Amino acid sequence: MSESNAGCARPTGASVGEPSVKKKEEPLDEEVKMSTAKVGTKAPDFQAPAYYRGNFTTVKLSDFMGKWVLLCFYPGDFTFV
Amino acid sequence: MSAVAAQYDTLQELGVEVISVSVDSQFVHKMWNDQELSKMAKKDIPFHMASDGAGNVGKIFGVYDENAGVELRGRFIIDPDGVIQAMEVMTPPVGRKLEETIRQIQAFQHVRSKKGAEVCPAGWEPGKKVLKPGPALVGNVWKEWNPFTDH
Repeated sequence: MSESNAGCARPTGASVGEPSVKKKEEPLDEEVKMSTAKVGTKAPDFQAPAYYRGNFTTVKLSDFMGKWVLLCFYPGDFTFV
Repeated sequence: MSAVAAQYDTLQELGVEVISVSVDSQFVHKMWNDQELSKMAKKDIPFHMASDGAGNVGKIFGVYDENAGVELRGRFIIDPDGVIQAMEVMTPPVGRKLEETIRQIQAFQHVRSKKGAEVCPAGWEPGKKVLKPGPALVGNVWKEWNPFTDH
């Protein structure tokens, strides 16, 4: 992953959506499109800005295909647990 | 997250890559690493610390708390095919036990290596008894596996 520039805007992550098949007459329900992760199904791909070994970069889940991944969400930096 | 960093070598030996995600910016991640985590883990955080300020990633994994504006404590084990094999979601005040995560990864890796011909019963750890599913095992698990001695 190449190093990214540290700008002033607060960066965020985003899903890497597989091309959605939209029918004109029935607009895709946002809730359905954002279906959440389930065990036994493919993890939704995403990419997000990241801090990694001294650099600001981007991390993309699908770049780790072929390896086991431990994905850990947590409430916040500098929290107590 | 310092607990994960402290056992990172064990995870690497198992071929596991780690990604941590919170709503904090990369800059705060750096400061948290520099000021606190590196002192706790006795090394810099060796894995990607992702920023999800808008909660977009948390939302697709079902772990973003819209009211609080933070991620819940969600942990996902994803296999080499990109399939989620395990997930655990907790409210913020209680931390995870990484040994349990490692145990689960070892169990899923065992099942994968045997292409599902062997399964790991409750409390399984490497070296402990596995079960071979099939017609002969139906109704006979009690002969093969003892919850008092094999657990």
